[in-house]
Amino acid sequence: MDSLVALNGIGVSLGGKQILRALDVKLQPGEILGVSGPNGSGKTTLVRLLATLLRPDKGSGVVLEAELGSNDIYRARRSIGLIGHTPALIDELSLRENLIHFARLGGPDAEQVDQVLSVVGLEDAGGRLTSASSFGMKRRIEVAYLLMTRPSLVLLDEATSGLDSAAQGLVAALLERTINLGGGALMVSHDADSLESVCGRLLRIHDGRLESTQ
Amino acid sequence: MTFWSQALEIARVDLAVERRLGDSLRIVTPFAIVALIVFPLALGAQLSLIAEIGPAVFWALGVLFGMQIALRRSANDTPHRRDLYALIGLDPAAKYVGRVISGGVLMLAFLIVLYVAMLVLYSPDLPGGATWIAMLTALLFGVGLTELGTMAGEVTSGLSNRSSLASLIVAPLALPLVIGASQTLEALDRDVSILPWILLLLATDLALAVAGVALARPIEESMR
Repeated sequence: MDSLVALNGIGVSLGGKQILRALDVKLQPGEILGVSGPNGSGKTTLVRLLATLLRPDKGSGVVLEAELGSNDIYRARRSIGLIGHTPALIDELSLRENLIHFARLGGPDAEQVDQVLSVVGLEDAGGRLTSASSFGMKRRIEVAYLLMTRPSLVLLDEATSGLDSAAQGLVAALLERTINLGGGALMVSHDADSLESVCGRLLRIHDGRLESTQ
Repeated sequence: MTFWSQALEIARVDLAVERRLGDSLRIVTPFAIVALIVFPLALGAQLSLIAEIGPAVFWALGVLFGMQIALRRSANDTPHRRDLYALIGLDPAAKYVGRVISGGVLMLAFLIVLYVAMLVLYSPDLPGGATWIAMLTALLFGVGLTELGTMAGEVTSGLSNRSSLASLIVAPLALPLVIGASQTLEALDRDVSILPWILLLLATDLALAVAGVALARPIEESMR
């Protein structure tokens, strides 16, 4: 695989408003790419586009060898891990039940759940109801799920904001393992400083356009 | 993960959430029974009229309150969870089938409670064997309404006015179900064949199942 991600002149509009404009992005295997920009600059739209959850209306793009907008994206999706800025867990289930639910749907062996819970430090809190759990605990469950699925492309949208250093360490471990397995990652944050220490390359976008590359 | 194991997992979790929240059986059902009580109170001491309208009121309330049960399952999905489901490879058709299974179970429980309440409050003069036919009819009616509600819930997901819009979609499309269900009991009462009405219900359920499965992915993708 040459590039995990190759976007050429990509444009995305939502609700009649152009969010991304003529954006070129490449991500190679083994690379962690950072994307920063102010609120409303199109960072989350870029993440959702790379997660194949949005279709471009201009330009072309390939993610994990799947042309964006084609039916190949359904195959590629299973190799993409996304942690968005809001946890996607079911509040009425316990943390452990959430992990089992998503593992049963997604394919990884649900037998690994207890082992992974202990890796993310939730072996004693797994029975806690998600609605009564902290943001950091929910985040750890999302990291635990990605540790089980071993995605080739990890997308983190403000994923470390509000996390303590231990939880940030887990995200770092997830990134390291993804890189070691030949995958890549894209991290998005409005805070460029938080990306500099982790990312090999940094893009800055503003108003949906690439502003600078470091 | 096969299609059916995904569908059953969705149904299992929906029912687990319902057991903890109790939305359908502890909130919707009591309100439906209160509505059932209002009619005899409004009609006064006209016992024969009350007995006559009992089954019709049952089906009317079955649609109106059953719709809330059918729509509730998909309302619980946040946009972030929809994204996660898509990325983990959940087949939208399996999700639809799972939602129909869990919604169908809840709908049947709701309709049984409502039917018993109707028998107690209205004392309708139903022929022998009507209860079993009513249960079969309620099953077919409930499955159809759940299929319709699940589809409407998906079509309106993410819209700010989704609850009123989804109800407006479901109510007119539920007409064949209401006609089939009410006419089954009516035919039983008139001692004529119930088969055409049972077949109408079956055909509606089948058509909604095929449409729901075939349209699940296009609907989901178009909602992003």
